[in-house]
Amino acid sequence: MTFDTLYFDIGRLDRLSYRDTFVHRLDPRAKVIATMLFLFTVISFPKYEVIALTPFFLYPVLLLTVGEIPVRFMIRKIIVVSPFAVFIGIFNPILDTRTAAVIFGVALSAGWISFLSILMKFALTISAALLLIATTSFPGVCHALRRLGFPALFVSQLLFLYRYLFVLMEEAMRVIRAREMRSFGTRNTGIKVSVRLIGILFLRTVDRAERIYYAMLSRGFQGDIPTLKRSHIALSDLLFLAVMIAYLGAFRFFPITEEIGRVALELF
Amino acid sequence: MSHHIVEFKDVFFRYPDGTEALKGVNFRITHGESVGVVGANGAGKSTLLQHMNGYLMPTSGKVIIGDLAITGKTRREIRKKVGIVFQNPDDQLFMPTVFDDVAFGPLNLGMDEATVRERVRKALGMVNSLDLQDKPPHHLSCGQKSAVAIASVMAMEPDILAMDEPGANLDPRSRRSLIMLLKTFKHSKIIASHDLDLILDVCERCIVIGGGAVVADGPSAEILSNKGFLEENNLELPLSFQVRS
Repeated sequence: MTFDTLYFDIGRLDRLSYRDTFVHRLDPRAKVIATMLFLFTVISFPKYEVIALTPFFLYPVLLLTVGEIPVRFMIRKIIVVSPFAVFIGIFNPILDTRTAAVIFGVALSAGWISFLSILMKFALTISAALLLIATTSFPGVCHALRRLGFPALFVSQLLFLYRYLFVLMEEAMRVIRAREMRSFGTRNTGIKVSVRLIGILFLRTVDRAERIYYAMLSRGFQGDIPTLKRSHIALSDLLFLAVMIAYLGAFRFFPITEEIGRVALELF
Repeated sequence: MSHHIVEFKDVFFRYPDGTEALKGVNFRITHGESVGVVGANGAGKSTLLQHMNGYLMPTSGKVIIGDLAITGKTRREIRKKVGIVFQNPDDQLFMPTVFDDVAFGPLNLGMDEATVRERVRKALGMVNSLDLQDKPPHHLSCGQKSAVAIASVMAMEPDILAMDEPGANLDPRSRRSLIMLLKTFKHSKIIASHDLDLILDVCERCIVIGGGAVVADGPSAEILSNKGFLEENNLELPLSFQVRS
């Protein structure tokens, strides 16, 4: 992936959050809390759990549909970060070789199951986090965090990250283009050049940071970034949270999937 | 309140690396004046502006705003009176949405919610950008950004407005509307720029900086039509005075 497409990809994720659907209209706080609960629930499952995790795919799928988020785009995003999860789990099948189940005569080792479990947890958590960003404007998430009691310093760093990510990327894009125009197709003309480019970007960023700080001081900055309340918890938000908690609780503490399977087996 | 005076008394400034940027600057700008500050690249215009609200402190000499001399103690007070608009709006618009950015100053001044909203509405209305308020700055065009940057300073209702190259990066039409806008402001204005036509249109008085000192101070029409003098200072006649050959 070239730098340009990477840049427009992030821009796209950002633009998705400006749509207007039921999910987008929910209070950011409700969505942040729901996402956190979802993450904790998914992570809390034991290492060999696979079947009980499947119902949790319902949440991302629902958000995708109601929030009108393009599925392919999301899947591509998940695949981009997947190597991390794959490398964490890849050795499990080799190290953990005791047989856990036999399916159609093929012995399945416990390692494969835990590997699969890791991949599922990864897909669930990443998609939930991405969907939060795709359905909530980033500043919305930040204000929500602030009002939920996260430290001011942490939240202002996030706000700046969002604001200047695009500025910095545009700057990087210009520098990279300028290099490409004068490198005449000689690819990989050296890590040396790239290192210098990063150095230049860093210096420019330091300069810019100083100018921004000056701008902030000029407008009376005293250490905390003040903001106005802009959203109110509505009935739909409470309802959303209630349904979410019921859904997570039900599938976490009751083996509903197994029950359905047992009933199905008895029927046939 | 009625004394929106900016006075530089024998101001010297040396950067930590030893560069002498200002070498004895003297001028006095009185209430309601609009003054253009022109000079070649590196003449010291930006350094001068950064002295106006105490971001830089003179190595020797005095900067007086209203009846207060700038010191470490009075800086905060002075920043309420002097609003500075930066050359690069990306440096000025640091908040994630236009509304938040314009509200930043008033909120820091400790105003209540209703007043802040009113201030933001008024400031954005002034620059015809009310419909931009929910947008993030990275979705704005350059002209929109500089309009919002002006609004973000105007929202604090400063007595004195200082601007660094306000017309740079603007297309001709945005530049023209900026000029019209600046003409409507009744503040004391100090505009540093290379755009001599803009200075000629907006400022009745003009200060020429050269080598860190004031080399000329007088009516814009007079100074900006003196070809020989301008060329000595790496400047040239405003385009509207030039004849196409």
